[in-house]
Amino acid sequence: MNVIEASGLGKRYGSTWALRECALAIPAGHVAALVGPNGAGKTTLLNLAVGLATPSAGEVTVLGGRPPGSPAALDGIAFVAQDTPMYKNLSAADMLHLTRNLNRRFDQRYAEDRLAELGIPLKRKAGKLSGGQQAQLALTLALARRPRLLLLDEPVAMLDPIARHDFMATVLTAMADDGVSVLLSSHVLAELERVADYLILVSRGRVQVAGEVEDLLASHRMLTGPAAEVGRYARRPVVRLSRGEAQAHLLVRATADDPVPPGWETHPVGLEELALAYLRDPAAAALPGPARIRSAEPSELTR
Amino acid sequence: MSIDKSISGRDGAGASPPGDDGSSPTEGTGRPTSPIEFRLDPASGVPTYLQLVQQVEHALRLGYLNPGDQLPKVRDVVAALAINPNTVLKAYRDLEIKGLASGRPGQGTFVQATLSQVALPELTALRRSLSGWLTAADGAGLDEDGMVALFTSALRDFYERRNGSHTRGGAARGETEGVA
Repeated sequence: MNVIEASGLGKRYGSTWALRECALAIPAGHVAALVGPNGAGKTTLLNLAVGLATPSAGEVTVLGGRPPGSPAALDGIAFVAQDTPMYKNLSAADMLHLTRNLNRRFDQRYAEDRLAELGIPLKRKAGKLSGGQQAQLALTLALARRPRLLLLDEPVAMLDPIARHDFMATVLTAMADDGVSVLLSSHVLAELERVADYLILVSRGRVQVAGEVEDLLASHRMLTGPAAEVGRYARRPVVRLSRGEAQAHLLVRATADDPVPPGWETHPVGLEELALAYLRDPAAAALPGPARIRSAEPSELTR
Repeated sequence: MSIDKSISGRDGAGASPPGDDGSSPTEGTGRPTSPIEFRLDPASGVPTYLQLVQQVEHALRLGYLNPGDQLPKVRDVVAALAINPNTVLKAYRDLEIKGLASGRPGQGTFVQATLSQVALPELTALRRSLSGWLTAADGAGLDEDGMVALFTSALRDFYERRNGSHTRGGAARGETEGVA
């Protein structure tokens, strides 16, 4: 089952396209990271999936073909918006009460146990909780609805390192316990490597790359060699080139088994390096999806 | 892949009632827990799953883990390190392929074989004599890199000589390798 499927999806605000021609199929069972610079269209994509915005073009479905915003979709989706908005004057207990009554399904016992574990007093007003506690409260309310898909918009951007760790631990434990699929937007690249196993890079309103992290890393290599020879290879499979007078680095689409030309060294790439290379060069946009990356013809470098 | 099935199949986490085992990862369940705990070095550049595999192998070599011991439960590793459950599953699958561990449905993953050839008391004695050598090397003015270089070189010589005594020509081959 795909937790989110989109084809030709676009959203226009006035004359500006916040997202356009978005094609996606995110399978269940992953923590998918939606990565891109500010204003790239991450929040727009999340809002379209939740049903808070309607598409200007194309279509999107969630949880195996359900239309966003439909009762069937809402029952299976939980969304924590950016900065975890909360009624500041309501106590944690009131927030629980409210959420229980606004939803068809709510696991009161899970919510209470979780807050007790976190040491969040039920009588404390939401506005008086620390940033980390507010985020945990919002997350607890979302998880107590027992969703199949959890959407998080920049969940940890405002949190200190410990709160960030604890927040992600809660998310990932829910995944281990209940098999919740997760889609989170983030621009904290460094921490994604241990959390995300599916990556979607968005830049200037377009999806640049989408695929399982393992496949993406296996299908990219960093090549280092003489700058004078770059011209021979700098055609089709090069994602990014950085060169000095004598030496050049090429991030190319190739596997570890591809033969390396004489005089060149090859290294595996990390997730952060890969994401940065694509994001720095939006000209490398509109790259084929992972399915086509895998079956790509042998690169120039192998000949 | 269906993550909920694969994990609950291993830990029984999906089946156990809340509060029994899954919800309190700290202590007090009376169930045997793993003798080891994982840590992560984000700066090492080693993929996360591989760090877990290497730590198990290391613990096996040093005798911290023995056949029959339980590896940390997937859920507990996820909660402690905030890493993707699929990463832990991948590490455990890797250990299974190597024949070092095996999964028992509903219970967890257990050590199947050992990598340590020597029992813990002997290891302790060997470690003590190595400490003596290190003290002597330090006294002679060797720094850490020097000690590693000397040890590595002596180790290579040792194995070359031993292989040479078993099969003629082995030492010669080893030498050419060393030169190249």
